[in-house]
Amino acid sequence: MRLDVDILGKAFEGASGKRHEVLSEMHFSLAAGEVAVLFGPSGCGKSTLLRIIAGLDPDFEGTVSRPADLRIGMVFQEPRLLPWRTVEDNVRLVTPPIDDTRLSALFAALDLSEHRHHFPGELSLGLARRVALARALAVEPDLLILDEPLASLDDALAGRMRDEIAGFAAQVSRITILVSHDLDDAVRLGDRLIFLSERPARILRVVPIATPREARSETEIARIKAEIARPINDWPQRA
Amino acid sequence: MLRLLSFTVFLASWWIAALYAGSTKLPTPPAVLEVALAEARSGALFVNLGVTLARVVLAFTLAMTLGVAIGYLMGRVRWANRLGDPWLILLLNLPALVVIVLAYIWAGLTEVAAIAAIAINKLPATVVTLREGTRALDASLDEMAQVFAIPRRHAFRHVVLPQLLPYIAAASRSGLSLVWKIVLVAELLGRPNGVGFEIGVAFQLFDVPRLLAYSLTFAAVVLVIETTMLQPFETKLTRWRPRAA
Repeated sequence: MRLDVDILGKAFEGASGKRHEVLSEMHFSLAAGEVAVLFGPSGCGKSTLLRIIAGLDPDFEGTVSRPADLRIGMVFQEPRLLPWRTVEDNVRLVTPPIDDTRLSALFAALDLSEHRHHFPGELSLGLARRVALARALAVEPDLLILDEPLASLDDALAGRMRDEIAGFAAQVSRITILVSHDLDDAVRLGDRLIFLSERPARILRVVPIATPREARSETEIARIKAEIARPINDWPQRA
Repeated sequence: MLRLLSFTVFLASWWIAALYAGSTKLPTPPAVLEVALAEARSGALFVNLGVTLARVVLAFTLAMTLGVAIGYLMGRVRWANRLGDPWLILLLNLPALVVIVLAYIWAGLTEVAAIAAIAINKLPATVVTLREGTRALDASLDEMAQVFAIPRRHAFRHVVLPQLLPYIAAASRSGLSLVWKIVLVAELLGRPNGVGFEIGVAFQLFDVPRLLAYSLTFAAVVLVIETTMLQPFETKLTRWRPRAA
């Protein structure tokens, strides 16, 4: 299992007919078992990149090659739940028949058990985002794509969801790509941090983290963060 | 309670008006009731109501099925919309009477012509409503269905259809009231039975009690169907919406 991203460029045509370059050239490959974190300023095109990788946007120059029968689980920036289905039905709809114990365990892990039979309209945004994560994990995807999964959650909850994602990513043969604005999350979760520039996005640099996720101690994490932060400040400012 | 009151007010004002207008123009409620009961006893009332209802059901089902399919297609596919749009505008603005008369001329005074004419009258409004509904479909949910590779039939049933249901309900609502009106005209012009035919006969004989007996029983049937079938259906559809306090 391997994902090769070779993008030569991506542009949108605005309402005024003007072309906006969103992505410039970028190449990277991810192997099974890897967690890549895309890190970059708001509006730099990270979500566009994720959509291309997910196969939702065929209108770009270049190629993204992934296995044909790849199973994808995705958490969008918004929850994108079906408001007319209960939490449980939302999850069940996207998965092949899932056995009840596994589903219950998943709901329990994300603290959703008591909301199983609620409709999305009755949930807070934080809850709805957790349901979206549960849905993406329930399909046991080969490729998990997460667009800021931990945004707008309180620390304790973000920590729990991070653990859940880490637990998922620990299983070999899976690739996880996530977008984050939070360096702490990125360092705790990622095997490889990909730093993107402002629009049109290109790769500024790639930082691999050699220490396995479960072996990263707090001091280790702090050290990696400090190491990363230093060169960021040294980057030449765009004129 | 309030409904009962408004019904009583209606009956009372009818009665008073009847006393002023004289029984030839407006018979009193008991006179109309007597005719209705006589018709019911002979069985004619039920036969005519039944025949009319059967036509309504057939025409309504036909128009809804075709209308939903065409409306969805026109909402999704650009060229289908271009192709269908002029016809839609033509049909929307064509008077019901023209469609009915032409149907009878071309297809004869047959049941098929009557039902087709009624269906054609209702079709364009359904198409327009469903086209609007299809255009309003949430693209982000389509993307979700695509990413998770939900099989097409599944996605249509669970993702698309629930979004269209309010539009289908609206089309049923307005469509049914249109069909109720048009079915009588179609019967008046070219059918040997049904409520519309009886009203036509009553009109020619200036038999006002009979005319009212048929009109009011028909209105009662419409009312019962709307409240016992259509309204609960709409409530069930919107069950998932958080209710206002």
